[in-house]
Amino acid sequence: MAGRVAGKVAFITGAARGQGRSHAIRLAQEGADIIAVDILEDVPGIPYAGATEADLAETVKQVEALDRRIVASKADVRDYAALKAAVDDGVAQLGRLDIVSANAGIGTSPHHAWEIDDVTWQTMIDINLTGVFHTAKAAIPHLIAGGNGGSIILTSSAAGLQAYENIAHYVSAKHGVVGLMRTLALELAPYMIRVNSLHPTQVDTPMIQNEATYKLFRPDLEHPTREDFAPASQSVNALPIPWVEPVDISNAVLFLASDEGRYITGVTLPVDAGTVIK
Amino acid sequence: MAGRVAGKVAFITGAARSQGRSHAIRLAQEGADIIAVDLAGPVESVTAYPGATEEDLAETVKEVEALDRRIVAHKADVRDSAALKAALDDGVAQLGKLDIVCANAGIYQTHPALELDDSAWQETIDINLTGVWNTVKVALPHLVANGGGSIILTSSVAGLKGLANSVHYNAAKHGVVGIMRTIGNEFALQGIRVNSVHPTAVNTIMIQNKDVWGLFDPANPNPTRESAAAAFRTINALDVPWVEPVDISNAILFLASDEARYITGVTLPVDAGAMIK
Repeated sequence: MAGRVAGKVAFITGAARGQGRSHAIRLAQEGADIIAVDILEDVPGIPYAGATEADLAETVKQVEALDRRIVASKADVRDYAALKAAVDDGVAQLGRLDIVSANAGIGTSPHHAWEIDDVTWQTMIDINLTGVFHTAKAAIPHLIAGGNGGSIILTSSAAGLQAYENIAHYVSAKHGVVGLMRTLALELAPYMIRVNSLHPTQVDTPMIQNEATYKLFRPDLEHPTREDFAPASQSVNALPIPWVEPVDISNAVLFLASDEGRYITGVTLPVDAGTVIK
Repeated sequence: MAGRVAGKVAFITGAARSQGRSHAIRLAQEGADIIAVDLAGPVESVTAYPGATEEDLAETVKEVEALDRRIVAHKADVRDSAALKAALDDGVAQLGKLDIVCANAGIYQTHPALELDDSAWQETIDINLTGVWNTVKVALPHLVANGGGSIILTSSVAGLKGLANSVHYNAAKHGVVGIMRTIGNEFALQGIRVNSVHPTAVNTIMIQNKDVWGLFDPANPNPTRESAAAAFRTINALDVPWVEPVDISNAILFLASDEARYITGVTLPVDAGAMIK
């Protein structure tokens, strides 16, 4: 079939819903087959419900509706062995690996940095930084073995490029992703494997559409709503929008994954409505 | 027609050949009509390679028209804001609107810093920095009238780091980033996005000439494209000596299209990893 990533296979973490599902669908629309994983559990201490098996089943259904293949399994990015088993199985079934989208991540309730407890800190680092490392580590041997190069896209955040008050653990993990991206880009350049990071502003998903994030932006209100959050969220963006949609991140993933980005590596690409320059 | 920028109109400076022609063709392939300008003549301080010609510009016209897209082409110097405005205004009058701006025109000739004479400094600043500003300035009213648009400024890896023997070029290309960020902020509320692309060496006459080959292969009295290629490779992380014009065009296409509708204020390297090396 035609398509900008036709014939390629993409491994996506956090693929049950939100940005991950959108990436799976967008890449499948352009001809890729998908290896999808998700934790499918609530993460203790995280102020919104985790994705469910029904969510992942919906991703599978939507990819299959595009006549693409998808191998989906339950795996936690903190569990390297489980992640490796999932990607190994996906490659065994789909025959190759070309694209990696390290998308799985968690949000948080706001805390002053000095009041973040050790468990909260560690969970954040384990999922949003070490989980990204595990994803790359499990995937890279397949990319090298394929001999066709490849494209790894790490989902960082605008918070990977600049500070935000009251989420020091999130900011630290997302900055760490940039260090990982740049180092992997250098180490993998000889294999023509490209590594880049994406830096979204707020994206309209369950990770931010919850009261904990609303309170991060509206500490003045006891029970802020989506409507209270919107103008505060918009105020950090240069463009006059409160948030971007998952597909906006997916389109950047698609560009970097495709051969149109064949010589782009080591790049931090904001999809941020201008929040970094504001 | 279908296409990722179908129905849009793009203004491209330096469109007679090389990257500018490639941008015109790539955007036209995806459905855009083109307003093209080029100096189409020599630049006094550039002796390393010849300027583009009117025949080059005519070839761009021919290739865009072969794609069944419309193109309005004029000879205009980016240093002459009145001429640039006249060319663009005529293009918008004929094609109906403006959506995309590619400030691509630029020159490069290597000089060690202390051997750089005032006129060579000034001409590079005038073309590579003020010329970009003139392009943006004449385009902004049309983009505001259009209710938004995408401006892509061609900077360079030399707009992000200080490569030796090019202080005039680096200063201009760093300055382009300042234009990008400022106008990105200043016109965000009007829906105008502004980004810059930062190529490594691109396979065009601007680098494929004896002066630049000699910079990369200084021990060789008769440097060639082939003898310089190994040294070119050392500046990139990926094992390529240079990228092709279409690689820059593809980045511009992405930034110009609605797929990047919320990307603004970004410096996007297309540099084979030169920045991280």
